[in-house]
Amino acid sequence: MATRLQFENNCEVGVFSKLTNAYCLVAIGGSENFYSAFESELADVIPIVKTSLGGTRIIGRLCAGNKNGLLVPHTTTDQELQHLRNSLPDSVVVQRIEERLSALGNCIACNDHVALAHTDLDKETEEIIADVLGVEVFRQTIAGNILVGSYCALSNRGGIVHPHTSVEDLDELSTLLQVPLVAGTVNRGSEVIAAGMTVNDWTAFCGSDTTATELSVIDSIFKLREAQPSSIVDEMRKSLIDTYV
Amino acid sequence: MSAMDQDTGMFKVQQTIGSVLCCKCGVPMPPNAANMCVNCLRSEVDITEGLQKSIQIFYCPECGCYLQPPKTWIKAQWESKELLTFCIKRLKNLNKVKLKNAEFVWTEPHSKRIKVKLTVQAEVLNGAVLEQSYPVEYTVRDNLCESCSRFQANPDQWVASVQLRQHVSHRRTFFYLEQLILRHDAASRAIRIQQVDQGIDFFFGNKSHANSFIEFLRKVVPIEYRQDQQLVSHDVKSSLYNYKYTYSVKICPICREDLICLPSKVASGLGNLGPLVVCTKVSDNITILDPRTLRCAFLDARQYFRSGFRSALTSRQLVKYFVFDVEAPVGEATVGGQKYALSYVQIARESDIGKMFYVQTHLGHILKSGDQALGYDIYSANVNDDEMEKYRLSVKNGLPEAILIKKCYDEQRERKKGKPRAFTTKKLPMEMDESRGARVDPEKMENEYEEFLRDLEENPELRFNISLYKNKDYQESETASMTDGEGAPTVPIEELLAELELSEEEEEGNDEEDMDE
Repeated sequence: MATRLQFENNCEVGVFSKLTNAYCLVAIGGSENFYSAFESELADVIPIVKTSLGGTRIIGRLCAGNKNGLLVPHTTTDQELQHLRNSLPDSVVVQRIEERLSALGNCIACNDHVALAHTDLDKETEEIIADVLGVEVFRQTIAGNILVGSYCALSNRGGIVHPHTSVEDLDELSTLLQVPLVAGTVNRGSEVIAAGMTVNDWTAFCGSDTTATELSVIDSIFKLREAQPSSIVDEMRKSLIDTYV
Repeated sequence: MSAMDQDTGMFKVQQTIGSVLCCKCGVPMPPNAANMCVNCLRSEVDITEGLQKSIQIFYCPECGCYLQPPKTWIKAQWESKELLTFCIKRLKNLNKVKLKNAEFVWTEPHSKRIKVKLTVQAEVLNGAVLEQSYPVEYTVRDNLCESCSRFQANPDQWVASVQLRQHVSHRRTFFYLEQLILRHDAASRAIRIQQVDQGIDFFFGNKSHANSFIEFLRKVVPIEYRQDQQLVSHDVKSSLYNYKYTYSVKICPICREDLICLPSKVASGLGNLGPLVVCTKVSDNITILDPRTLRCAFLDARQYFRSGFRSALTSRQLVKYFVFDVEAPVGEATVGGQKYALSYVQIARESDIGKMFYVQTHLGHILKSGDQALGYDIYSANVNDDEMEKYRLSVKNGLPEAILIKKCYDEQRERKKGKPRAFTTKKLPMEMDESRGARVDPEKMENEYEEFLRDLEENPELRFNISLYKNKDYQESETASMTDGEGAPTVPIEELLAELELSEEEEEGNDEEDMDE
């Protein structure tokens, strides 16, 4: 079930958090509300780790990971690296990589089996990704954008891509990723999907500006409610609740 | 498209735009910059915010003008293009959005409201361009414009007046001028026209109108004028002065058929033209003819007013003569289109047939024995003219006893007496000057006008610039045969204009059969 929340009055929750099937990273925020929202959903299931990367709070966009591993940029300090290694489960490999494109969250979109990578990523980085995360890497663009990590939110059950993606592109990506994809928006028409939400196999978190329609789309494509794709339209008409108190 | 790709050698997949759901209402739609369907976008964003929706405009009901502050009044019809442009100009802030379309919405004219529907385009959110139409309501308030309020306060308010005067004892010139003015529509902008003794006053609302009227006068008669002004009001703060302008115009007192004795300076200046001359034509120049040498001279207004001589004898003093014998012409000349022939004739006055005179005349081409002629009786006239006296003393043989001016058609006119003329003339809307005690004798006026009409009949060149209209009451006389081969001169029917009649039954249009043009 998708949850709506805000980080310090900002709806871009995908920037300040990273959610996978094995762990969850959150930024060190001003108030504890953000952290408690995650806690209430995930408390006993997976560890929730508060961290910073390179002294910044935009951790969702700087790192990329799945249940097998976590890749952090070269700007990460040793203390942060150590902290991560201590807090995360032993099955998760934390690796710092030297890459020119340091916002790995924007460059890599991955789930537990496949990953889409920025077309200009180094060959070594690609190998490290395949190795650490245990995925098959495809260099792709989404709707002509090379920042695949920003414009695509991926889980093992489905994915949302940039709304301007053409039908052919959608088919192609879907074939590559082997999951159903839909072109949609989040946070009241924002096209930067991955910045506006974060998702894993059973739960998703979106910015509070997300409309009921967008929430239904998210719920159905990531199968958070066990809903069929064809009944999206029907469901929508019932749940037109727009104001979120 | 694939053919084109084969040319460039690149393989391009056809891109079909998918559809996403509107983030607000969930209706499938092609993706756009805002990712909201048009209705949701309209409900979100109002591009007409901050634009004026109602405004007041001022309208002058007298002249139908709308006020554009601070001072301009623009004339516009109800629901016209000019009004639309004016209404849009009055709106502020309209440069923030792009105006696509504007049109009037019908409102009842008496409601004093004008409604205009504007369609504007503006950019919203992240690059989406939204088009929206909205109505603007204008409240029309009545407010007399400056000129109308000034006119209302005093309808006789004139700004410039032209006082036209000719110091002669008859009004022939003014009858002729009246016809000219009517023909050329020169006094169409005059507020008032008043007839006074020895002249006419014209009142105008604008100094430039008066100026153009004077320019017209200058082209048709020789005039001399001066301009004076009188201060009416004075705005101290902006140094604006309101004046009343008066033009005092004097027409030269020399008329057609006058006998003039030229002062010696003028005569020598014109090449020793015999000091006794006859004026044959007055237009913007004065044409004078020496009856003894058949030489002609032209004087324009400036030359005339430099010397300012007056006529010795005017047409009032013409006397009827009987012509007994006309000798063969000794000389002929054509002057200004008119033929003249110099010959000796034997004449006697009608009042004193016993006394015969043997004189020279320039009318040899039209006089025959048995005719009647009009001329000046210098032999027995008591002329009050200095130049004439000087000349009489200086010349050896004495002055000519008579100078004939024109042929007389009185006999022929007797036959036609009582029958209406073939033509009529129009008149200017003149007021009579009641204030000076009725010095104007209506019978005298009628006689003068009758003489003027006779003049018109006799002289085709006088009719040149005048419009004469067909007299509806006139019928062709059945007795077309004249016992006497020659009839009184009349205006040929080809020269007459038919009046424009706009009636529903007959479609008689304006058939101008004017041959002179």
